[in-house]
Amino acid sequence: MKKKSFLDSVADSTFIQILISIILGFLVGAIFLMIMGLSVGAAYGRLINSVTSLKGFSYVVVYSVPYIVAGLSVAFSFKTGVFNIGAEGQFVVGSMAACVVSILCPNIPKPLLIPLCFLAAMAAGALWGIIVGFLKTKWGINEVLSMIMFNWIAFYLSNFIAGLPAIKSEGSAEATKNIAANASMLFSKDFIKRVGLCPTANWGILVAIAMMLIVWFIIEKTTLGYELKAVGSNKFAAEYGGINVNRSILTALAISGALGGLAGALQLMGMGSRISIFSSQEGFGFAGIVVALIGVSNPFGVFVSGLFYGALMYGGSKLNLVGAPTQLINVIVGTVVFFIAISVIFKNLNRRRARANRNAEAAIDKRASLQKEDKK
Amino acid sequence: MKKLLSIALVLCMVLSLGAVSAFADDTVKIGMVTDVGGVNDKSFNQTSWEGLQALAAEDSRFEVNYLESKTDADYQTNINTFIDEEYDLIICVGYMLADATREAAEDNPDQLFAIIDDSSCADLPNVACLMFAQEQASYLVGLVAGSVTESKTVGYVQGMVSDSMNLFGIGYITGVLEACPEATVLQYNANNFGDIAGGSTAAKDMITKGADVIYQAAGGTGIGVINACDEEGIWAIGVDTDQAPLAPDHVITSAMKRVDVASQDISKAVADGSFAAGVHLYDLSNGGVDLAPTRDHIPAEVLEVVEAAKAAIIAGEKTVPTTVADCPAFTLGA
Repeated sequence: MKKKSFLDSVADSTFIQILISIILGFLVGAIFLMIMGLSVGAAYGRLINSVTSLKGFSYVVVYSVPYIVAGLSVAFSFKTGVFNIGAEGQFVVGSMAACVVSILCPNIPKPLLIPLCFLAAMAAGALWGIIVGFLKTKWGINEVLSMIMFNWIAFYLSNFIAGLPAIKSEGSAEATKNIAANASMLFSKDFIKRVGLCPTANWGILVAIAMMLIVWFIIEKTTLGYELKAVGSNKFAAEYGGINVNRSILTALAISGALGGLAGALQLMGMGSRISIFSSQEGFGFAGIVVALIGVSNPFGVFVSGLFYGALMYGGSKLNLVGAPTQLINVIVGTVVFFIAISVIFKNLNRRRARANRNAEAAIDKRASLQKEDKK
Repeated sequence: MKKLLSIALVLCMVLSLGAVSAFADDTVKIGMVTDVGGVNDKSFNQTSWEGLQALAAEDSRFEVNYLESKTDADYQTNINTFIDEEYDLIICVGYMLADATREAAEDNPDQLFAIIDDSSCADLPNVACLMFAQEQASYLVGLVAGSVTESKTVGYVQGMVSDSMNLFGIGYITGVLEACPEATVLQYNANNFGDIAGGSTAAKDMITKGADVIYQAAGGTGIGVINACDEEGIWAIGVDTDQAPLAPDHVITSAMKRVDVASQDISKAVADGSFAAGVHLYDLSNGGVDLAPTRDHIPAEVLEVVEAAKAAIIAGEKTVPTTVADCPAFTLGA
């Protein structure tokens, strides 16, 4: 057997590919900085500085939680053969459901209210996923199309609910009331001050870790996960194998939607405390797509890439202070995703070339053996 | 004599050196936090930032910077970033930041804040609330609208119903009816500050009903109003900034709020040590609100009426109503 070349081993290791993509992303960002005549060291130094202190890192963790869970939502859908571009809408209805529950029942004790808000958010998100799944399985409407539309329905629904007298803030703010204190996941102010964390430090990251493990368990260790994956890799083969494809798609979208909704609740109860009347989409769900892509749809990968994305978002917001535009972050993230996409193409090409080589070798072997037989 | 002169020169040099070093130590850092509109919103955030940039350009004591908020949750993070960086003054643009400002101001009593267009934080000892007498500027553009309308029908689009937004409508309608008592004012609440298409539809509806001048106080929705007026060839009236560049042929005037002046004033006050908490009202008398400088389309005799009314308000001879009760023709507030 031929010894693997360096390039081949690079092409085979997903981890190295992502690492290279990230490095390339920062290189392209550096080129842009140089074109603009800004100091690369100052900008990247600022980026690293602002996320490495204890306070900065706690910010990163807080920022990452909704990205990780939205990323898990999209990753789960990728594994099961549907593309959940509707995480944005699920996020919005999920956070609104949690918000409404907490505002309407503020007196339920904390240990009950928080799970109740989570459940409401997951139910709302799952419903948002199931409607789309129903349209797909019943009438074959492409889920990407209807999801994009459902994102906007969620957007305006949220604005409508936020404007209702029972929900809207009593002050002048164009936002909902603040969620009930019993629904807040924030650490106590004393604790935050004593340890030196960021003011919005909360325990949402534990939920994100739990979700990561649950998603991994469902996909890898259960019959359900096996069925969903089978439908994802080949619908027709799965159907032939006796799997109810329509039910699988609905289940996958429901679980994915529930995760999207939960991400919304975590963001609301950990950071936002209220939902503003949107003038544009906030983009947490779309960020989930990026996070899932960088994490190659692996639950653990998504966790790490969610932290990475959170760090970029938090650190990037401070780039202005050294005169660099915050949009630099978009350049970096875009480049990373671009190179990851390219690496997938290269991998496929490689595989095809290998197969062609094998076929050619097999043909040669066959001809040789035929010739041998002829000689006999 | 020579000795004396040289001593004087040396003294001069030393003093000026001292002055220079004192200058360097005295850097006043001003941080501005935008609302989700971002720094290029062609309105508040942008005007305020341009004001700060101009200030930094003319006075080297000032170091100015801004942080953009992408979501509602970013307000607090951005305010805290400036606190951690030890900025001398944090300017929060817009009443959407009121809750975040209050929280940060209560947690950091030594940090100075200013907030634009909100008076709910006026009770805090470290927050200056920069308020604008929007009814006065709206009254002046109302006079213009009432004077130039030929169909005796004018329109008004508001972004949202709230006490502070209603001031625009009350001032405007008072002005219109004073200039033309028999005029009809078509009124519409868009309930949205970002709906360009909705603003355009509302304006076209009013034009069908005969309106030939439309005033809007509705942010992005108002841009749709101006676009529709431009297409249909009637007068539009701008708000907040001089909006004439959006439709040079059809924006007759704009009711300006000098957010830039307010930001500069409060920054200078911090530098001079004369920062005062509580409400700072910007009105016609201190140039905080006014007609926009672009006035080419306003007939000379109308401009005279407006200038006379402005002088009367400044002199205290005339007050513009500020409550719905004093302006029954304003129907959106009910």
